[in-house]
Amino acid sequence: MLAMNYRGPYRVRADQKPMPEIQHPGDAIVRVTRSCICGSDLHLYHGLVPDTRVGTTFGHEFIGVVEEIGSDVENLKVGDNVLVPFNIACGKCIFCQQGLYGNCHESNPQATAVGGIFGYSHTAGGFDGGQAEYVRVPYADVGPMVIPDDMDHDDAVLLTDVVPTGYQAAEMGAIKPGDTVVVFGAGPVGLMAAKSAWLFGAGRVIVIDHIEYRLEFAKRFAQCEAYNFRSLEDVVLFIKKTTDYIGADVCIDAVGCEAAGNAMQTITGRKLMLQAGSATALHWAINSVKKGGVVSIVGVYGPTDNLVPIGNVVNKGITIRANQASVKRLLPRLIEHVRAGRLNPKEMITHRVPLEEVSDAYHIFSAKLDNCIKTILIPSSANK
Amino acid sequence: MENKDFERKDIIGWGIDANPLDVPSYPMKLRNENDNKGMTWERPSQQLAQVEILTSNERPTITAVFGTPNPPSGLSGKIRRYAFKFSESSYGHWLPLLLADRVNMIEGVVDDFKRGHFPNIFSELGGKSELKHNPKGFARKVLVGLAITAAIVMVCRRDNDDEDDEY
Ligand SMILES: [Zn+2]
Ligand SMILES: [Zn+2]
Repeated sequence: MLAMNYRGPYRVRADQKPMPEIQHPGDAIVRVTRSCICGSDLHLYHGLVPDTRVGTTFGHEFIGVVEEIGSDVENLKVGDNVLVPFNIACGKCIFCQQGLYGNCHESNPQATAVGGIFGYSHTAGGFDGGQAEYVRVPYADVGPMVIPDDMDHDDAVLLTDVVPTGYQAAEMGAIKPGDTVVVFGAGPVGLMAAKSAWLFGAGRVIVIDHIEYRLEFAKRFAQCEAYNFRSLEDVVLFIKKTTDYIGADVCIDAVGCEAAGNAMQTITGRKLMLQAGSATALHWAINSVKKGGVVSIVGVYGPTDNLVPIGNVVNKGITIRANQASVKRLLPRLIEHVRAGRLNPKEMITHRVPLEEVSDAYHIFSAKLDNCIKTILIPSSANK
Repeated sequence: MENKDFERKDIIGWGIDANPLDVPSYPMKLRNENDNKGMTWERPSQQLAQVEILTSNERPTITAVFGTPNPPSGLSGKIRRYAFKFSESSYGHWLPLLLADRVNMIEGVVDDFKRGHFPNIFSELGGKSELKHNPKGFARKVLVGLAITAAIVMVCRRDNDDEDDEY
Protein backbone atom coordinates (compact mmCIF):
# COMPACT_ATOMS: atom_id res chain seq x y z
CA MET A 1 0.00 0.00 0.00
CA LEU A 2 1.03 3.62 -0.43
CA ALA A 3 1.97 5.53 2.72
CA MET A 4 3.75 8.66 3.80
CA ASN A 5 7.31 7.83 4.87
CA TYR A 6 9.46 10.03 7.16
CA ARG A 7 13.14 10.08 6.16
CA GLY A 8 14.51 12.76 8.51
CA PRO A 9 13.88 16.45 9.23
CA TYR A 10 12.00 18.15 6.36
CA ARG A 11 12.24 14.98 4.24
CA VAL A 12 9.15 12.86 3.60
CA ARG A 13 7.92 10.87 0.63
CA ALA A 14 5.12 8.58 -0.47
CA ASP A 15 6.33 4.99 -0.50
CA GLN A 16 5.10 1.45 -0.82
CA LYS A 17 4.85 -0.16 2.64
CA PRO A 18 3.48 -3.50 3.89
CA MET A 19 -0.27 -3.65 4.61
CA PRO A 20 -1.08 -3.25 8.32
CA GLU A 21 -2.37 -6.37 10.07
CA ILE A 22 -4.63 -7.16 13.00
CA GLN A 23 -2.28 -7.66 15.97
CA HIS A 24 -4.74 -7.65 18.85
CA PRO A 25 -8.34 -8.92 19.05
CA GLY A 26 -9.55 -5.36 19.58
CA ASP A 27 -7.94 -4.02 16.37
CA ALA A 28 -9.59 -2.94 13.13
CA ILE A 29 -7.98 -2.20 9.78
CA VAL A 30 -9.38 0.97 8.22
CA ARG A 31 -9.08 2.00 4.56
CA VAL A 32 -8.37 5.71 4.75
CA THR A 33 -10.59 8.01 2.70
CA ARG A 34 -9.19 11.32 3.96
CA SER A 35 -6.36 12.31 6.28
CA CYS A 36 -5.08 15.74 7.30
CA ILE A 37 -1.72 17.28 7.90
CA CYS A 38 -1.83 18.88 11.35
CA GLY A 39 0.23 21.71 12.79
CA SER A 40 1.55 19.25 15.34
CA ASP A 41 2.77 17.01 12.49
CA LEU A 42 5.16 19.85 11.70
CA HIS A 43 6.95 19.32 15.02
CA LEU A 44 7.64 15.75 13.88
CA TYR A 45 8.47 16.90 10.33
CA HIS A 46 11.01 19.36 11.73
CA GLY A 47 12.64 16.61 13.81
CA LEU A 48 11.77 18.12 17.20
CA VAL A 49 9.95 15.16 18.78
CA PRO A 50 12.29 12.57 20.33
CA ASP A 51 12.12 8.98 19.06
CA THR A 52 10.65 9.80 15.65
CA ARG A 53 12.10 6.87 13.75
CA VAL A 54 12.90 6.92 10.05
CA GLY A 55 10.28 4.94 8.15
CA THR A 56 7.38 6.14 10.31
CA THR A 57 4.06 7.11 8.76
CA PHE A 58 2.50 10.22 10.29
CA GLY A 59 -1.18 11.16 10.41
CA HIS A 60 -3.42 11.28 13.48
CA GLU A 61 -6.39 12.94 11.76
CA PHE A 62 -8.17 10.51 9.45
CA ILE A 63 -11.46 8.90 8.55
CA GLY A 64 -12.11 5.78 6.52
CA VAL A 65 -13.98 2.55 5.93
CA VAL A 66 -13.64 -0.51 8.18
CA GLU A 67 -12.03 -3.28 6.08
CA GLU A 68 -11.34 -5.92 8.72
CA ILE A 69 -12.07 -6.37 12.44
CA GLY A 70 -10.45 -8.40 15.24
CA SER A 71 -12.37 -11.13 17.07
CA ASP A 72 -13.29 -8.92 20.04
CA VAL A 73 -14.68 -5.96 18.08
CA GLU A 74 -18.43 -5.58 18.60
CA ASN A 75 -19.34 -1.98 17.90
CA LEU A 76 -18.06 -1.81 14.32
CA LYS A 77 -18.64 -3.91 11.25
CA VAL A 78 -16.86 -4.19 7.93
CA GLY A 79 -18.01 -1.41 5.61
CA ASP A 80 -18.74 1.16 8.33
CA ASN A 81 -17.60 4.70 7.65
CA VAL A 82 -15.75 5.77 10.77
CA LEU A 83 -14.10 8.84 12.18
CA VAL A 84 -11.14 7.90 14.35
CA PRO A 85 -10.12 10.16 17.26
CA PHE A 86 -6.39 10.87 17.36
CA ASN A 87 -6.09 9.41 20.88
CA ILE A 88 -5.71 5.65 21.20
CA ALA A 89 -7.67 4.80 24.35
CA CYS A 90 -8.53 1.50 26.05
CA GLY A 91 -11.73 2.68 27.75
CA LYS A 92 -10.85 0.64 30.86
CA CYS A 93 -7.99 2.26 32.75
CA ILE A 94 -8.68 4.80 35.52
CA PHE A 95 -7.92 7.69 33.20
CA CYS A 96 -10.28 6.52 30.45
CA GLN A 97 -12.92 5.94 33.13
CA GLN A 98 -12.63 9.61 34.07
CA GLY A 99 -13.15 10.68 30.47
CA LEU A 100 -9.46 11.45 30.09
CA TYR A 101 -9.15 9.54 26.81
CA GLY A 102 -6.14 11.63 25.88
CA ASN A 103 -4.32 10.20 28.91
CA CYS A 104 -4.95 6.46 28.50
CA HIS A 105 -2.50 4.25 30.43
CA GLU A 106 -2.83 1.17 28.19
CA SER A 107 -1.78 2.46 24.78
CA ASN A 108 1.79 3.73 25.03
CA PRO A 109 4.57 1.59 26.55
CA GLN A 110 7.30 4.11 25.72
CA ALA A 111 6.04 6.96 27.88
CA THR A 112 3.61 7.46 30.74
CA ALA A 113 2.99 11.21 30.39
CA VAL A 114 1.22 10.92 27.05
CA GLY A 115 -1.19 8.27 25.77
CA GLY A 116 -0.99 6.54 22.41
CA ILE A 117 -1.46 8.75 19.34
CA PHE A 118 -1.60 7.59 15.72
CA GLY A 119 1.54 8.44 13.75
CA TYR A 120 3.11 10.53 16.46
CA SER A 121 6.55 9.00 17.12
CA HIS A 122 7.48 6.25 19.55
CA THR A 123 7.11 8.75 22.37
CA ALA A 124 3.37 8.43 21.65
CA GLY A 125 3.30 4.64 21.29
CA GLY A 126 5.02 3.94 17.97
CA PHE A 127 1.84 3.52 15.95
CA ASP A 128 1.78 4.18 12.23
CA GLY A 129 -0.65 6.93 11.25
CA GLY A 130 -3.35 7.52 8.69
CA GLN A 131 -1.45 9.34 5.94
CA ALA A 132 -1.63 6.04 4.10
CA GLU A 133 -4.07 3.86 2.23
CA TYR A 134 -4.67 1.61 5.24
CA VAL A 135 -4.11 1.94 8.97
CA ARG A 136 -4.27 -0.31 12.02
CA VAL A 137 -6.74 1.04 14.60
CA PRO A 138 -6.32 -0.48 18.09
CA TYR A 139 -9.20 -0.53 20.61
CA ALA A 140 -11.61 -0.19 17.70
CA ASP A 141 -14.59 -0.56 20.02
CA VAL A 142 -13.60 2.51 22.07
CA GLY A 143 -12.46 5.42 19.93
CA PRO A 144 -13.89 5.17 16.41
CA MET A 145 -17.39 6.45 15.76
CA VAL A 146 -19.62 5.65 12.81
CA ILE A 147 -20.02 8.90 10.85
CA PRO A 148 -23.66 10.04 10.94
CA ASP A 149 -25.31 9.90 7.50
CA ASP A 150 -26.03 13.61 7.45
CA MET A 151 -22.45 14.61 8.22
CA ASP A 152 -20.11 15.95 5.55
CA HIS A 153 -16.93 13.84 5.54
CA ASP A 154 -14.82 17.01 5.39
CA ASP A 155 -16.34 18.05 8.73
CA ALA A 156 -15.91 14.51 10.08
CA VAL A 157 -12.16 14.41 9.47
CA LEU A 158 -11.69 17.69 11.33
CA LEU A 159 -13.60 16.29 14.30
CA THR A 160 -10.75 13.81 14.88
CA ASP A 161 -8.50 16.51 16.37
CA VAL A 162 -8.60 20.22 15.51
CA VAL A 163 -12.24 20.85 16.42
CA PRO A 164 -12.16 19.03 19.80
CA THR A 165 -8.71 20.45 20.61
CA GLY A 166 -9.83 24.01 19.90
CA TYR A 167 -13.09 23.49 21.75
CA GLN A 168 -11.38 21.93 24.76
CA ALA A 169 -8.96 24.86 24.84
CA ALA A 170 -11.95 27.17 25.28
CA GLU A 171 -13.61 24.76 27.74
CA MET A 172 -10.47 24.62 29.90
CA GLY A 173 -10.46 28.43 29.91
CA ALA A 174 -13.65 28.32 32.01
CA ILE A 175 -14.87 31.32 30.04
CA LYS A 176 -17.65 33.32 31.67
CA PRO A 177 -20.11 35.46 29.66
CA GLY A 178 -18.51 38.74 28.69
CA ASP A 179 -14.92 37.55 29.14
CA THR A 180 -12.11 38.78 26.93
CA VAL A 181 -10.34 35.77 25.44
CA VAL A 182 -6.97 36.03 23.70
CA VAL A 183 -5.92 33.16 21.45
CA PHE A 184 -2.24 32.91 20.51
CA GLY A 185 -1.90 31.22 17.12
CA ALA A 186 -4.19 31.43 14.07
CA GLY A 187 -3.67 27.88 12.86
CA PRO A 188 -6.68 25.54 12.64
CA VAL A 189 -6.68 24.81 16.39
CA GLY A 190 -6.42 28.49 17.29
CA LEU A 191 -9.22 29.27 14.84
CA MET A 192 -11.46 26.62 16.41
CA ALA A 193 -10.56 27.86 19.91
CA ALA A 194 -11.54 31.41 18.90
CA LYS A 195 -14.76 30.19 17.33
CA SER A 196 -15.58 28.02 20.38
CA ALA A 197 -14.88 30.88 22.81
CA TRP A 198 -18.09 32.54 21.57
CA LEU A 199 -20.07 29.40 22.44
CA PHE A 200 -18.98 29.81 26.06
CA GLY A 201 -20.14 33.42 26.03
CA ALA A 202 -16.96 35.37 25.38
CA GLY A 203 -17.54 39.10 25.07
CA ARG A 204 -14.46 39.71 23.02
CA VAL A 205 -12.14 37.36 21.15
CA ILE A 206 -8.66 38.44 20.03
CA VAL A 207 -6.33 36.31 17.90
CA ILE A 208 -2.58 36.96 17.71
CA ASP A 209 -0.34 35.59 14.93
CA HIS A 210 2.38 36.85 12.59
CA ILE A 211 1.19 35.64 9.22
CA GLU A 212 -1.05 38.12 7.48
CA TYR A 213 -3.17 35.68 5.45
CA ARG A 214 -3.94 33.64 8.57
CA LEU A 215 -5.03 36.79 10.43
CA GLU A 216 -7.35 37.79 7.57
CA PHE A 217 -8.79 34.28 7.59
CA ALA A 218 -9.27 34.39 11.38
CA LYS A 219 -11.26 37.64 11.20
CA ARG A 220 -13.69 36.17 8.70
CA PHE A 221 -13.88 32.64 10.05
CA ALA A 222 -14.07 33.33 13.79
CA GLN A 223 -15.59 36.83 13.74
CA CYS A 224 -12.76 37.98 15.99
CA GLU A 225 -10.21 40.77 16.20
CA ALA A 226 -6.87 39.69 14.82
CA TYR A 227 -3.47 41.34 15.27
CA ASN A 228 -0.03 40.76 13.85
CA PHE A 229 2.52 40.73 16.66
CA ARG A 230 5.21 41.88 14.24
CA SER A 231 3.36 45.18 13.91
CA LEU A 232 2.95 45.54 17.67
CA GLU A 233 5.86 46.80 19.66
CA ASP A 234 4.98 44.68 22.69
CA VAL A 235 2.18 42.12 22.59
CA VAL A 236 1.70 41.97 26.35
CA LEU A 237 1.55 45.74 26.65
CA PHE A 238 -0.92 45.91 23.78
CA ILE A 239 -3.27 43.46 25.48
CA LYS A 240 -2.97 45.29 28.80
CA LYS A 241 -3.83 48.59 27.11
CA THR A 242 -6.76 47.20 25.17
CA THR A 243 -8.23 45.64 28.33
CA ASP A 244 -8.18 48.86 30.37
CA TYR A 245 -4.82 47.87 31.90
CA ILE A 246 -6.29 44.78 33.58
CA GLY A 247 -5.32 41.94 31.25
CA ALA A 248 -7.35 39.31 29.41
CA ASP A 249 -9.65 37.05 31.41
CA VAL A 250 -8.53 33.97 29.53
CA CYS A 251 -5.43 33.34 27.38
CA ILE A 252 -5.13 30.31 25.15
CA ASP A 253 -1.78 28.99 23.88
CA ALA A 254 -2.57 27.32 20.55
CA VAL A 255 1.02 27.57 19.29
CA GLY A 256 3.34 25.32 21.29
CA CYS A 257 6.98 24.59 20.74
CA GLU A 258 7.65 26.34 17.43
CA ALA A 259 6.58 29.83 18.41
CA ALA A 260 8.22 32.76 16.66
CA GLY A 261 8.54 36.25 18.10
CA ASN A 262 11.36 36.07 20.63
CA ALA A 263 14.97 35.67 19.54
CA MET A 264 16.20 34.17 22.80
CA GLN A 265 13.40 31.59 22.86
CA THR A 266 13.94 30.79 19.18
CA ILE A 267 17.65 30.14 19.70
CA THR A 268 17.42 28.17 22.95
CA GLY A 269 14.16 26.38 22.18
CA ARG A 270 14.09 25.78 18.44
CA LYS A 271 17.67 25.91 17.24
CA LEU A 272 19.71 24.53 20.14
CA MET A 273 16.84 22.47 21.59
CA LEU A 274 17.92 23.35 25.13
CA GLN A 275 14.24 23.76 25.98
CA ALA A 276 11.25 21.67 25.00
CA GLY A 277 10.67 24.21 22.24
CA SER A 278 10.30 27.96 22.23
CA ALA A 279 7.88 29.03 24.98
CA THR A 280 7.13 32.49 23.54
CA ALA A 281 3.37 32.00 23.22
CA LEU A 282 3.18 30.62 26.75
CA HIS A 283 5.13 33.61 28.10
CA TRP A 284 2.75 35.98 26.36
CA ALA A 285 -0.26 34.07 27.67
CA ILE A 286 0.97 34.13 31.28
CA ASN A 287 2.03 37.75 31.11
CA SER A 288 -1.08 39.12 29.38
CA VAL A 289 -3.74 37.30 31.39
CA LYS A 290 -5.27 39.23 34.29
CA LYS A 291 -4.51 38.36 37.92
CA GLY A 292 -6.59 35.36 38.86
CA GLY A 293 -7.16 34.62 35.17
CA VAL A 294 -6.92 31.31 33.35
CA VAL A 295 -4.24 30.18 30.91
CA SER A 296 -5.28 27.24 28.77
CA ILE A 297 -2.56 25.36 26.88
CA VAL A 298 -3.17 23.05 23.94
CA GLY A 299 0.00 23.88 22.02
CA VAL A 300 2.36 20.91 21.79
CA TYR A 301 5.62 21.07 23.72
CA GLY A 302 8.44 18.54 23.90
CA PRO A 303 8.91 16.36 26.96
CA THR A 304 11.95 18.16 28.43
CA ASP A 305 12.07 21.44 30.38
CA ASN A 306 10.95 24.94 29.47
CA LEU A 307 11.92 28.35 30.73
CA VAL A 308 8.54 29.50 31.99
CA PRO A 309 7.85 32.64 34.08
CA ILE A 310 6.50 30.60 36.97
CA GLY A 311 7.06 33.49 39.39
CA ASN A 312 4.41 35.48 37.55
CA VAL A 313 2.06 32.50 37.68
CA VAL A 314 2.38 32.47 41.47
CA ASN A 315 2.25 36.22 41.97
CA LYS A 316 -0.75 36.67 39.70
CA GLY A 317 -2.67 33.66 41.02
CA ILE A 318 -3.12 32.23 37.55
CA THR A 319 -4.92 28.96 36.95
CA ILE A 320 -3.19 26.92 34.27
CA ARG A 321 -5.06 24.14 32.54
CA ALA A 322 -3.65 22.02 29.78
CA ASN A 323 -4.19 18.70 28.09
CA GLN A 324 -4.41 16.73 24.91
CA ALA A 325 -8.06 16.84 23.88
CA SER A 326 -10.17 13.86 24.91
CA VAL A 327 -11.88 13.59 21.55
CA LYS A 328 -14.33 10.82 22.42
CA ARG A 329 -15.66 12.73 25.45
CA LEU A 330 -16.38 15.81 23.35
CA LEU A 331 -17.74 14.29 20.14
CA PRO A 332 -21.48 14.18 21.00
CA ARG A 333 -21.54 17.86 21.88
CA LEU A 334 -19.43 18.89 18.89
CA ILE A 335 -21.55 16.95 16.43
CA GLU A 336 -24.54 18.89 17.78
CA HIS A 337 -22.70 22.16 17.18
CA VAL A 338 -21.68 21.21 13.64
CA ARG A 339 -25.22 20.06 12.81
CA ALA A 340 -26.65 23.32 14.10
CA GLY A 341 -24.17 25.33 12.03
CA ARG A 342 -22.51 26.87 15.08
CA LEU A 343 -19.19 25.35 14.07
CA ASN A 344 -18.23 25.06 10.40
CA PRO A 345 -14.88 23.25 10.43
CA LYS A 346 -14.69 22.33 6.74
CA GLU A 347 -14.40 26.01 5.77
CA MET A 348 -10.79 25.80 6.98
CA ILE A 349 -9.81 23.31 4.28
CA THR A 350 -7.75 25.13 1.67
CA HIS A 351 -5.86 22.27 0.00
CA ARG A 352 -6.83 18.80 -1.22
CA VAL A 353 -3.81 16.84 -2.35
CA PRO A 354 -3.33 13.26 -3.60
CA LEU A 355 -1.32 11.16 -1.11
CA GLU A 356 1.36 10.74 -3.81
CA GLU A 357 2.22 14.45 -3.45
CA VAL A 358 2.76 14.31 0.30
CA SER A 359 6.26 15.88 0.14
CA ASP A 360 4.93 19.03 -1.49
CA ALA A 361 1.89 19.11 0.80
CA TYR A 362 4.16 19.12 3.86
CA HIS A 363 6.44 21.77 2.43
CA ILE A 364 3.55 24.09 1.50
CA PHE A 365 2.06 23.83 4.99
CA SER A 366 5.38 24.09 6.80
CA ALA A 367 6.62 27.07 4.77
CA LYS A 368 3.14 28.71 4.91
CA LEU A 369 2.97 28.95 1.11
CA ASP A 370 -0.11 29.39 -1.09
CA ASN A 371 -2.29 30.75 1.79
CA CYS A 372 -2.47 27.28 3.27
CA ILE A 373 -4.66 26.79 6.36
CA LYS A 374 -5.56 23.09 6.30
CA THR A 375 -4.56 20.32 3.91
CA ILE A 376 -6.38 17.07 3.25
CA LEU A 377 -4.54 14.11 1.73
CA ILE A 378 -6.56 11.74 -0.39
CA PRO A 379 -5.25 8.27 -1.27
CA SER A 380 -6.20 6.97 -4.71
CA SER A 381 -7.82 3.99 -2.97
CA ALA A 382 -10.28 6.32 -1.20
CA ASN A 383 -13.06 5.85 -3.74
CA LYS A 384 -12.73 2.11 -4.14
CA MET B 1 -14.01 47.55 26.16
CA GLU B 2 -16.13 46.10 23.44
CA ASN B 3 -15.30 44.65 20.07
CA LYS B 4 -16.56 47.19 17.55
CA ASP B 5 -16.44 44.87 14.55
CA PHE B 6 -18.97 42.27 15.58
CA GLU B 7 -22.16 42.30 17.59
CA ARG B 8 -22.41 39.32 19.93
CA LYS B 9 -25.99 38.63 18.92
CA ASP B 10 -24.80 38.19 15.32
CA ILE B 11 -22.48 35.35 16.26
CA ILE B 12 -24.16 32.00 15.77
CA GLY B 13 -24.42 30.08 19.01
CA TRP B 14 -23.13 32.86 21.26
CA GLY B 15 -23.21 31.75 24.90
CA ILE B 16 -24.79 28.39 24.17
CA ASP B 17 -22.27 26.56 26.35
CA ALA B 18 -21.98 29.29 28.97
CA ASN B 19 -23.58 27.29 31.78
CA PRO B 20 -21.07 24.65 32.88
CA LEU B 21 -23.88 22.42 34.10
CA ASP B 22 -25.37 22.43 30.61
CA VAL B 23 -22.20 21.15 29.00
CA PRO B 24 -22.25 17.37 29.18
CA SER B 25 -18.51 17.19 28.85
CA TYR B 26 -17.67 19.68 31.58
CA PRO B 27 -16.70 17.46 34.55
CA MET B 28 -13.24 16.28 33.64
CA LYS B 29 -12.78 14.32 36.79
CA LEU B 30 -15.39 11.67 37.37
CA ARG B 31 -14.21 10.05 40.56
CA ASN B 32 -14.90 6.40 41.08
CA GLU B 33 -14.15 3.58 43.48
CA ASN B 34 -10.95 2.66 41.62
CA ASP B 35 -9.28 5.95 42.41
CA ASN B 36 -6.17 5.75 44.56
CA LYS B 37 -5.93 2.01 44.13
CA GLY B 38 -3.11 1.97 41.58
CA MET B 39 -3.17 -0.14 38.44
CA THR B 40 -6.20 -2.17 39.45
CA TRP B 41 -8.49 -1.90 36.45
CA GLU B 42 -9.58 -4.89 34.44
CA ARG B 43 -6.82 -4.80 31.84
CA PRO B 44 -7.53 -5.30 28.14
CA SER B 45 -6.09 -8.51 26.70
CA GLN B 46 -2.37 -8.34 25.99
CA GLN B 47 -0.94 -7.85 22.50
CA LEU B 48 2.02 -10.17 21.92
CA ALA B 49 5.31 -8.44 21.24
CA GLN B 50 6.79 -9.94 18.07
CA VAL B 51 9.39 -7.22 17.72
CA GLU B 52 11.48 -5.44 20.33
CA ILE B 53 9.39 -2.83 22.19
CA LEU B 54 11.20 -0.40 24.46
CA THR B 55 9.28 0.29 27.66
CA SER B 56 9.36 3.29 29.97
CA ASN B 57 10.85 2.37 33.36
CA GLU B 58 8.07 4.40 34.94
CA ARG B 59 5.63 1.53 34.56
CA PRO B 60 5.81 -2.06 35.80
CA THR B 61 4.49 -3.70 32.63
CA ILE B 62 4.13 -3.17 28.94
CA THR B 63 0.81 -1.58 27.89
CA ALA B 64 -1.91 -3.85 26.53
CA VAL B 65 -1.38 -2.54 22.98
CA PHE B 66 1.50 -0.79 21.23
CA GLY B 67 2.78 0.04 17.77
CA THR B 68 5.17 -2.41 16.11
CA PRO B 69 6.59 -0.69 12.99
CA ASN B 70 10.24 0.41 13.01
CA PRO B 71 11.65 -1.55 15.97
CA PRO B 72 15.05 -0.31 17.22
CA SER B 73 17.92 -1.40 14.98
CA GLY B 74 21.54 -0.57 14.21
CA LEU B 75 23.49 2.10 16.03
CA SER B 76 20.40 4.27 16.57
CA GLY B 77 18.73 1.26 18.19
CA LYS B 78 21.68 0.84 20.58
CA ILE B 79 21.37 4.51 21.59
CA ARG B 80 17.61 4.17 22.07
CA ARG B 81 18.06 1.10 24.32
CA TYR B 82 20.50 3.10 26.41
CA ALA B 83 18.03 6.01 26.65
CA PHE B 84 15.34 3.75 28.08
CA LYS B 85 17.51 3.04 31.13
CA PHE B 86 16.55 6.54 32.30
CA SER B 87 13.19 7.83 33.44
CA GLU B 88 11.05 10.26 31.47
CA SER B 89 12.02 13.04 33.87
CA SER B 90 15.68 12.75 32.90
CA TYR B 91 17.70 14.38 30.11
CA GLY B 92 19.51 11.03 30.02
CA HIS B 93 16.36 9.71 28.40
CA TRP B 94 15.44 12.44 25.90
CA LEU B 95 18.78 13.73 24.62
CA PRO B 96 20.05 10.28 23.52
CA LEU B 97 16.72 9.74 21.76
CA LEU B 98 17.16 12.97 19.79
CA LEU B 99 20.72 11.90 18.95
CA ALA B 100 19.45 8.48 17.88
CA ASP B 101 16.96 10.18 15.53
CA ARG B 102 19.81 12.01 13.75
CA VAL B 103 21.86 8.81 13.47
CA ASN B 104 18.74 7.02 12.22
CA MET B 105 18.41 9.61 9.44
CA ILE B 106 21.84 8.65 8.09
CA GLU B 107 20.99 4.95 8.47
CA GLY B 108 17.88 5.68 6.39
CA VAL B 109 19.96 7.04 3.50
CA VAL B 110 22.35 4.06 3.68
CA ASP B 111 19.34 1.75 3.72
CA ASP B 112 17.91 3.42 0.63
CA PHE B 113 21.19 2.91 -1.23
CA LYS B 114 21.37 -0.74 -0.14
CA ARG B 115 17.98 -1.28 -1.72
CA GLY B 116 19.18 0.39 -4.88
CA HIS B 117 16.97 3.40 -4.25
CA PHE B 118 18.65 6.75 -4.79
CA PRO B 119 16.63 9.11 -2.55
CA ASN B 120 15.37 12.13 -4.49
CA ILE B 121 16.16 14.69 -1.80
CA PHE B 122 14.88 17.60 -3.90
CA SER B 123 11.48 15.99 -4.21
CA GLU B 124 11.44 14.77 -0.58
CA LEU B 125 12.00 18.35 0.58
CA GLY B 126 9.02 19.49 -1.48
CA GLY B 127 11.24 21.31 -3.98
CA LYS B 128 8.58 21.34 -6.68
CA SER B 129 6.14 23.31 -4.50
CA GLU B 130 8.89 25.73 -3.41
CA LEU B 131 9.66 26.39 -7.09
CA LYS B 132 5.99 26.94 -7.85
CA HIS B 133 4.87 29.01 -4.85
CA ASN B 134 8.08 30.69 -3.73
CA PRO B 135 10.34 31.09 -6.78
CA LYS B 136 12.29 33.99 -5.25
CA GLY B 137 13.00 32.01 -2.07
CA PHE B 138 13.97 29.06 -4.23
CA ALA B 139 16.45 31.15 -6.24
CA ARG B 140 17.94 32.51 -3.01
CA LYS B 141 18.40 29.00 -1.62
CA VAL B 142 20.08 27.84 -4.83
CA LEU B 143 22.46 30.80 -4.71
CA VAL B 144 23.30 30.18 -1.05
CA GLY B 145 23.83 26.49 -1.87
CA LEU B 146 26.16 27.35 -4.73
CA ALA B 147 28.08 29.81 -2.55
CA ILE B 148 28.54 27.21 0.19
CA THR B 149 29.64 24.59 -2.35
CA ALA B 150 32.12 27.05 -3.88
CA ALA B 151 33.48 27.90 -0.41
CA ILE B 152 33.89 24.21 0.46
CA VAL B 153 35.66 23.57 -2.84
CA MET B 154 38.01 26.48 -2.22
CA VAL B 155 38.78 25.34 1.34
CA CYS B 156 39.43 21.80 0.12
CA ARG B 157 41.74 23.10 -2.59
CA ARG B 158 43.68 25.11 -0.05
CA ASP B 159 43.98 21.99 2.13
CA ASN B 160 45.33 20.13 -0.85
CA ASP B 161 47.80 22.93 -1.49
CA ASP B 162 48.92 22.69 2.14
CA GLU B 163 49.44 18.99 1.75
CA ASP B 164 51.40 19.62 -1.42
CA ASP B 165 53.63 21.96 0.52
CA GLU B 166 54.45 19.25 3.03
CA TYR B 167 55.62 16.87 0.41
ZN1 LIG C 1 -3.73 17.18 14.85
ZN1 LIG D 1 -7.27 3.77 28.96
